[in-house]
Amino acid sequence: MDSIPIQRSYEEINDKIKQGKAVILRADEMTELVASEGVKSAFKKVDVVTTGTFGTMCSSGAFINFGHTRPKIKASNVWLNDVEAYGGLAAVDTYLGAAQVQDDDPLNKVHPGQFRYGGGHVIEDLIAGRPVKLRAKSYGTDCYPLREYETTVTIRDLRDAFLYNPRNAYQNYNCAVNLSKRTIYTYMGILRPNMANATYSSAGQLSPLLNDPYYWTIGVGTRIFLGGAPGVVSWRGTQHNPDVPRGENGVVREGAGTIAVTGDMKEMSAEFIRGASLVGYGCSLMVGLGIPIPILNEDLARFTGVSDRDIVCQVVDYGIDYPNAINRTLGEIRYAELKTGMIDVQGKSIPAAPLSSYPMAVKVAENLKLWIRERGFILGVPQVHLPTTHFMAP
Amino acid sequence: MASKNVLLIFKQNIMYRPIIYRLATEYGIIFNVLEAKILPKQEGRLILELSGLEEDVAKGISYLEAELVQVEVLADKMHRDEERCVDCGACTAVCRTDALAIDRPTMEIRFYPERCVACGLCILACPVKAMSGISIDHDNEI
Repeated sequence: MDSIPIQRSYEEINDKIKQGKAVILRADEMTELVASEGVKSAFKKVDVVTTGTFGTMCSSGAFINFGHTRPKIKASNVWLNDVEAYGGLAAVDTYLGAAQVQDDDPLNKVHPGQFRYGGGHVIEDLIAGRPVKLRAKSYGTDCYPLREYETTVTIRDLRDAFLYNPRNAYQNYNCAVNLSKRTIYTYMGILRPNMANATYSSAGQLSPLLNDPYYWTIGVGTRIFLGGAPGVVSWRGTQHNPDVPRGENGVVREGAGTIAVTGDMKEMSAEFIRGASLVGYGCSLMVGLGIPIPILNEDLARFTGVSDRDIVCQVVDYGIDYPNAINRTLGEIRYAELKTGMIDVQGKSIPAAPLSSYPMAVKVAENLKLWIRERGFILGVPQVHLPTTHFMAP
Repeated sequence: MASKNVLLIFKQNIMYRPIIYRLATEYGIIFNVLEAKILPKQEGRLILELSGLEEDVAKGISYLEAELVQVEVLADKMHRDEERCVDCGACTAVCRTDALAIDRPTMEIRFYPERCVACGLCILACPVKAMSGISIDHDNEI
């Protein structure tokens, strides 16, 4: 990454936070401030901008260590509430994926399947403190002789429970429509035939990576809000791709950057982590995630001042193009237009519905603001930067 | 004038009687068919908007019940669990009557039960199972 000009350092900002003097705004409030007072004035006034998003993020899951049994077991197959978790790890470590469906679920045998319970729901149940049935199997070894184990646990009984999400907080996403002649059931919701409706899934101007488009301040070690508890960015996310078309403001015009995130499930709240059932598609997890952005220079003040009017996404057909990997866009739409509820695509006016919760995204950003202001939540300095691209000042 | 959206369930034994005809002619009810699903010789389900004088609508509903039609007033039947709802908006992609609609600019999801025709699509579309109730499709009931 090119080094960026620093007009206000992390140390300076963290000192202000410790003294209770930092000025913190939510990204939507920053948008208003930049619009009314301009970038220079906003930079002078604001130290930190908090972002937030709350949506379905399938690439999520939990590393769980359920503690050694007596006698010991090298668990090779593990189930939590009959949802299989990956057991190919050390003795009592397991990874539960959010998209794993409960055993015996009819899936899509009668289409569209309802996918009532899966890994995401187990994660929610654990975080809510509800009891969960744990079952493990093994082939038995000299050091780990036990072959079967079954018990009921709550999150308090678990040795460790960490949320480990390999791809969250997608920087921008498609707006989905359906050009086929039948209703389709997708991870972008229920889409009516002949492009009768559209769905989209981004917090837009509140979304973390859309407020720091070149990932200057978001990197490995950035401290974040994850599911109601402090967490960290642990790596770039899978499919992270900075090299996509960008607007003059530097904002990506389609899906681009992603982050991997980690946090302690024992500290999280089920208000911000929800199991999800996507009809006809599968199980997933809704994740509340927020990132504080230090306003290190005027460019970051301008970036965080981005408005839904200045962010576009691509309209993609999920009826024929997407499943067949045909990379085609039907046009570009601004989030401001999407949020009116009606959009124009190729001359046709259609209703557009969101899939990620804007009110919850506001709540995440507001909570993060309060953490910094009232609980002295310190900003993390990125130790490894995410792959990025050269910034061209407009 | 009063107006109510109702789901009428006709069991096999009464399916072929001219009940709706009498409702209109003898009780002066103006009806509008919002949705209908008829399984021949098994069961019929009909969603009607009934309008007329408040007194007539009440009498009409009593008549339907006397004819052994199961009457469900839809405004009372669909329910949103406010604790479960996360205001995502997935339901608004499928709701055809704006019973579930977005308040702008807060983007909060409002539920107007009196507009509901119990198609049940919101039950299917809701990722966190916040919607429940009776619907014209048995499969959508929770």
